[in-house]
Amino acid sequence: MDIFTQQIINGLVLGSIYALVALGYTMVYGILELINFAHGEVTMMGAMVALAVMGAILGVAPNMPGILVVVSGALLAIPACMLLGFAIERVAYRPLRHAPRLAPLITAIGVSIILQNVAMLVWGRQYIPFPEILPKSTFTVFGAHITGLQIFIIVLSALVMSGLWWLVQRTRLGRAMRACAQSREVASLMGVNVNKVISLTFVIGSALAAIAGLMVSAYYGLAHYYMGFMLGLKAFSAAVLGGIGNIAGAMLGGLLLGVIEALGAGYIGDITGGFLGSHYQDVFAFFVLIAVLVFRPSGLLGERVATRA
Amino acid sequence: MLFFRERPRISLLLLAILLAVLPFLTSGLLGNSWVRLLDFVLLYILLAIGLNLVVGYAGLLDLGYIAFYALGAYFYAWLASPHFGLHLPFWIILPLGTLFAAAFGFILGAPTLRLRGDYLAIVTLGFGEIIRIFMNNLNAPVNLTNGPQGMDLIDPISFGGFAFSGTHTFLDIKVPAIHLYYYLFLAFTLLAILVAYRLQDSRIGRAWAAIREDEVAAAATGINTRNIKLLAFAMGATFGGLAGGLFASFQGFISPESFNLFESIMILCMIVLGGMGHIPGVILGAVLLTILPEALRYIGDLQRAWLGEVIVDPSDLRMLLFGIALVLMMLFRPAGLWPSRQRKRELTAEGEIAAHEQESLHDAQR
Repeated sequence: MDIFTQQIINGLVLGSIYALVALGYTMVYGILELINFAHGEVTMMGAMVALAVMGAILGVAPNMPGILVVVSGALLAIPACMLLGFAIERVAYRPLRHAPRLAPLITAIGVSIILQNVAMLVWGRQYIPFPEILPKSTFTVFGAHITGLQIFIIVLSALVMSGLWWLVQRTRLGRAMRACAQSREVASLMGVNVNKVISLTFVIGSALAAIAGLMVSAYYGLAHYYMGFMLGLKAFSAAVLGGIGNIAGAMLGGLLLGVIEALGAGYIGDITGGFLGSHYQDVFAFFVLIAVLVFRPSGLLGERVATRA
Repeated sequence: MLFFRERPRISLLLLAILLAVLPFLTSGLLGNSWVRLLDFVLLYILLAIGLNLVVGYAGLLDLGYIAFYALGAYFYAWLASPHFGLHLPFWIILPLGTLFAAAFGFILGAPTLRLRGDYLAIVTLGFGEIIRIFMNNLNAPVNLTNGPQGMDLIDPISFGGFAFSGTHTFLDIKVPAIHLYYYLFLAFTLLAILVAYRLQDSRIGRAWAAIREDEVAAAATGINTRNIKLLAFAMGATFGGLAGGLFASFQGFISPESFNLFESIMILCMIVLGGMGHIPGVILGAVLLTILPEALRYIGDLQRAWLGEVIVDPSDLRMLLFGIALVLMMLFRPAGLWPSRQRKRELTAEGEIAAHEQESLHDAQR
């Protein structure tokens, strides 16, 4: 029983990080119908910048409280990523808005290669450790061990996601975003500055990515120039699982994918009688993804797209 | 250019001569490692043409294409290496391997029939990853793939007693193995190009174009969209499986490392960059994207020549420049470097309309 609870909690932690990254994919997709392949790399950049800042602070003031160090790292990483997201859209996507559908996909891949290699040039190929400055406290709930960090990650992502929900549903900007997602042309006729909305969408998504990047590096205790690739892939899968373009879907898909993966890692050996080990957790996650899409071709919460007449 | 266009026979002859002497020219001017690169260029052309059937002709975005390459390669390795002690001749393995890959094309195609656009992309991507993870882990409990270490000592291709390994001498000219493989791959590539062209103009090719443009309309005109989509996946997989088998015999060693998602994405880049659905464009894309990363290895020499010393390690800088080149090429030629004339026309027409719309919108805003 306690293994089950433990895996569910691990899954929720991982899943809330996936959800934050998936939101960036899904918001951009909702408006531009574009897979922003560089989004995973923005997450990586967030982690890298935050770690660099934290390292610099600890070099000057080693006795500063850990939480303060992490917060100041985040406070620099978030604007950095926002700027990066803004620049990516301006340089790589906006000029191609009327180009064939796959053209921006290629620039996205190009940008993601560029970001990876810039990170490699700046921070090197080695793993960068997350400084051990956060207080370590463990709680026991239903026989499962939860660290303070895990609780913090779940709570913070819940807060961030409710904030985003409020922004999209209750503010003028959110209404403009929803209008653009329905039809950019009509929104612009109603006086919405579409380009501004698109830029802001990228900026908001990148801010979420920066937070997620910092969470991942804190959770695994390290960052690496290549970490954005797999994370981005998982998050994109999560967005698709929930129904891409749908904000609630990205949250649900992220949490679900995290839990599926964790349960897969914990139980796949038992299910297959030891034939397949826990290194098949990704296979398990992808199988579930494919199975869901076979029965619900537009994701769990995606709209049923009527066949065009 | 006009000279060649007006004299198709002469230019064809010149092209044939060029292709025939290319490996000798390359090894003389640049060294044997570049001939090896030429062999890879041909393999990638084969792959790009195969993926172009799926993405360019039928309009099905496939991000897991490398899986078929992997399946072809592993199939070859299973039947022609000491791993199972089997050493079948290549003319049995290659056809079987392509069938094997095609079968997996069906398996992938079947659950994806109802999916559209990017949902299809993620499922194919998942499929590619699943295959790679299995290759990586199937060394236990039954050792099928030897796991991450990969399989080695794979037999080279041989006709009767004539093996494509070591140097042979014809008419007093020494022909190393990489040159022999060049001619072999060239033959297969030419065959693939021919097949692709014939497919394009066939009933099947037109059916693919129809479902690419509008699936509902295609179904309404009596096209069996299910079968025709499955056929696209299976045919594409055939090319991938063939290229995989050739790759395994050429390298003599394969490991899951060679079949990661990045490779799938690279092949997609080749066809989009070159000009989707247009075979000369696809070939150009494959040639460019295979040679570019290797050519960029020379940045170290350039730095020494211009700046007197190597400031940034070229292996670090290489992929960065590659990424920049990818972005720039796409920004300046959004329809690809060498798009088909029809597609170009469609695009410029759309662009004009879009510009008009933009203008009238602008007026409306004021």
